[in-house]
Amino acid sequence: MTPISVLAAGETANPLLPATYDIIWSAVCFAIIFFAFWKLVLPKFRDILDERAQAIEGGIEKAERVQAEADEALAEYQKQLADGRAEAARLRAEAQEEGAQILAEMKQNANDEAERIIAQAKAQIEAERQAAMVSLRGEVGGIATDLASRIVGESLRDDQRAANVVDRFIADLEAQTPAAQPVKEY
Amino acid sequence: MLLAASEGGGFHAPGLEEFYPPAVLFAGTPFELNRIMIIRIIVSLLLVLLFVWLLRNPKLVPGRGQSIAEMVLDFIRKGIAYDMLGKKDGDRFFPLIAVIFLSVFALNITGIIPFLNISSNANIGMPLVMALVAYVVMIGAGIKAQGGGQYIKSQLFPAGVPKAMYILVTPIEAVSTFVARPLSLTLRLTFNMLVGHLLLVLCFAATQYFIVELGGAWAAFGALTFIGGFAFTLFEILVAILQAYIFALLTAAYIQLSVSQDH
Repeated sequence: MTPISVLAAGETANPLLPATYDIIWSAVCFAIIFFAFWKLVLPKFRDILDERAQAIEGGIEKAERVQAEADEALAEYQKQLADGRAEAARLRAEAQEEGAQILAEMKQNANDEAERIIAQAKAQIEAERQAAMVSLRGEVGGIATDLASRIVGESLRDDQRAANVVDRFIADLEAQTPAAQPVKEY
Repeated sequence: MLLAASEGGGFHAPGLEEFYPPAVLFAGTPFELNRIMIIRIIVSLLLVLLFVWLLRNPKLVPGRGQSIAEMVLDFIRKGIAYDMLGKKDGDRFFPLIAVIFLSVFALNITGIIPFLNISSNANIGMPLVMALVAYVVMIGAGIKAQGGGQYIKSQLFPAGVPKAMYILVTPIEAVSTFVARPLSLTLRLTFNMLVGHLLLVLCFAATQYFIVELGGAWAAFGALTFIGGFAFTLFEILVAILQAYIFALLTAAYIQLSVSQDH
């Protein structure tokens, strides 16, 4: 220890008054710390915080995107399902309608056929009845005329009068015969 | 204490010479190095190296060391800078506030580290330098935010005070803003560390005196003073953190008061 430093130590015993070396080393130390933190430490700290915030935001963004995709896929699937259901319902309705139509057509055809057969039968019966009536009329007329001529003589040979008599007779006969009615009404 | 001193004068109470140890290098020059200056320099370098090392290769998913460094820096950023200054100005002044907090703490904590056993903040130079930096930044930030004239006006002539009251208010504001702030920053830290160190030395010197030099029944007193010293050691840890927090917080608060228009 040199005498000078002893003297200096004695003189700077007032703690309120900084020694020159005290100020200088304080300034040097503070400068070192400040610049090291300003240029080295804190930029790294800030960068890593930014990077982390970005990573977290990126993760959130990705999760949101995946969620959106999933939602979209679900919506698409549901839409397809709904379309399928609607299609099935439409086909079923169509088939029902078609079936009903076919049934109606078949009924209609059967009815038509039945009516046709009935009409044919009626026509045939009518024709046969007419034929029968004509032939009957002719025969009965002839027979009756013959019979009457034989009974009353030659006077009835006049054709015009004979025919009138026969017709009248037949009409009377028809009016008296109820058996002829059902055939006509059928 | 009085008792001990009267027992033949074998006990020397610690005094201010504790803070002016003999020079080791460059004696008598402005770059004189004594034990305390060496501690100051080593701790400063250790602080820098520690944080450079902890954040040497920062990862998105931090390891243990990186987590601790981030936790501390994040506390200073959110708990002090953002709280006092808001996000924008908080980011601007975060480096200064962080450096002040960490420097004060690192230089304080040597007071209880074995073999170092003294805080270099007990020498007024370091608190003074930091207070001056805070002072210059405070005024600079105020002038930059408001312009020189408006800054002085907002600091010395607070709005909403009757004109006549300025006779009273302006001198008080001038002293409290431009004199008391840096002085209180400096003296609070210096004397906290100075007195803390003296208390510890007193306790442990008394322990040494009672147990080793007197011995016998006096050792019971030694046990008491040792327990006292241990308790003060724990207390000094709290003080080291608290003073760092207060210095950084007040720096941020002073900057905020300068920057804001409506003082």
